[in-house]
Amino acid sequence: MNDLSLLIRAFAVLSLLAVGGGSAILPEMKHVVVDQYHWITADDFDDIYSLGQMAPGPNMLMVSLIGDKVAGIVGGFAVLIAFFLPASVLTLVSGRLWEHFKAAPAREALRRGLAPITIGLMLSGAVSIARTAIDGWQTAAMAAVVLAILLWRSLNPLWLIAAAGLIGWLTLG
Amino acid sequence: MSERPAQRPHVTLWRIFAVFGLIGATSFGGGVVAYLRAQLVTATAWLDDGEFLELLEVSQTLPGLNATNMAVLVGDKLRGVPGAIAGLIGMMLPGSLFIAMLGAAYATYGGTHVVTAVLGGVAAAAVGVMTAVTVQLGRKQLDRWSDLVLVALTLIAVSGFKLSLLTVLGTLGPVAVLLHWPHKARATGETRP
Repeated sequence: MNDLSLLIRAFAVLSLLAVGGGSAILPEMKHVVVDQYHWITADDFDDIYSLGQMAPGPNMLMVSLIGDKVAGIVGGFAVLIAFFLPASVLTLVSGRLWEHFKAAPAREALRRGLAPITIGLMLSGAVSIARTAIDGWQTAAMAAVVLAILLWRSLNPLWLIAAAGLIGWLTLG
Repeated sequence: MSERPAQRPHVTLWRIFAVFGLIGATSFGGGVVAYLRAQLVTATAWLDDGEFLELLEVSQTLPGLNATNMAVLVGDKLRGVPGAIAGLIGMMLPGSLFIAMLGAAYATYGGTHVVTAVLGGVAAAAVGVMTAVTVQLGRKQLDRWSDLVLVALTLIAVSGFKLSLLTVLGTLGPVAVLLHWPHKARATGETRP
């Protein structure tokens, strides 16, 4: 198989595994694109994830940059569609079925059962970015300060992300 | 709670595209739920708070991102499949264009000292943001010791043992759902005075 069909297949599978949303799929995505197919390096992955943090909208649109890096602009489009379409179609179909099972006990059990797994996967997402992003006391301190501020105050994270970029430029550069 | 509209007003596909496009263009910083509520409940009144929470819950349980799942579900509710497509494209388009521009800049300037330093700072902050969001969500959703054990097992399995997501969902998923399966006593308990 060529890179394009491998890309499409890999991201279509990731799409359907993305229970719990974007952060929950991060460790698996990093594993697939970095360790399994060696499409990009772990540092590239972190850079691309960081670019994604600066953009509005759904937080995983940056997958297009992975596709672009591997197979050009066609790869970018292909990955975007492969990552967003399967889950969206599943949502459309299940959304209609879900309405029919409003009172089913399985529905509540499924939702409450998946919650802790989602939380665990989100923590793993943070760990997988931290493994390469936290490379010294400065970056560790920045992550800790951001965490503390957000737990203390409700604030748009974009301001902290912008400030961290600026501090990175001034101190790490 | 606001009253449920008896007859949903006719909403054009263009309007669905435009409203989700606005959410997709303005929801900087990851807190998309707040932007969704502001538009869908407050600004357009397409949903009341109860409907919003219900659709959000469905979005969170199903695979895929909250933002795009909500666009699909609300679009479908308003105008069927074409509405879902209009919502999805609206939600994705602004951010995708933004990312494409950032990507082009990265292709040109990436690897330079300054860009590496800026992105290094952003990545460090992103770790803090992700952890904070997870803690806040966990506080709301986890209320049993068994939940915390499941969180820990998932984290160890994925980050420690590097097990694949499919393995983790296939083993811990059924256990977690069974742990939350309602007891018969509780189901019939509602009839007691």
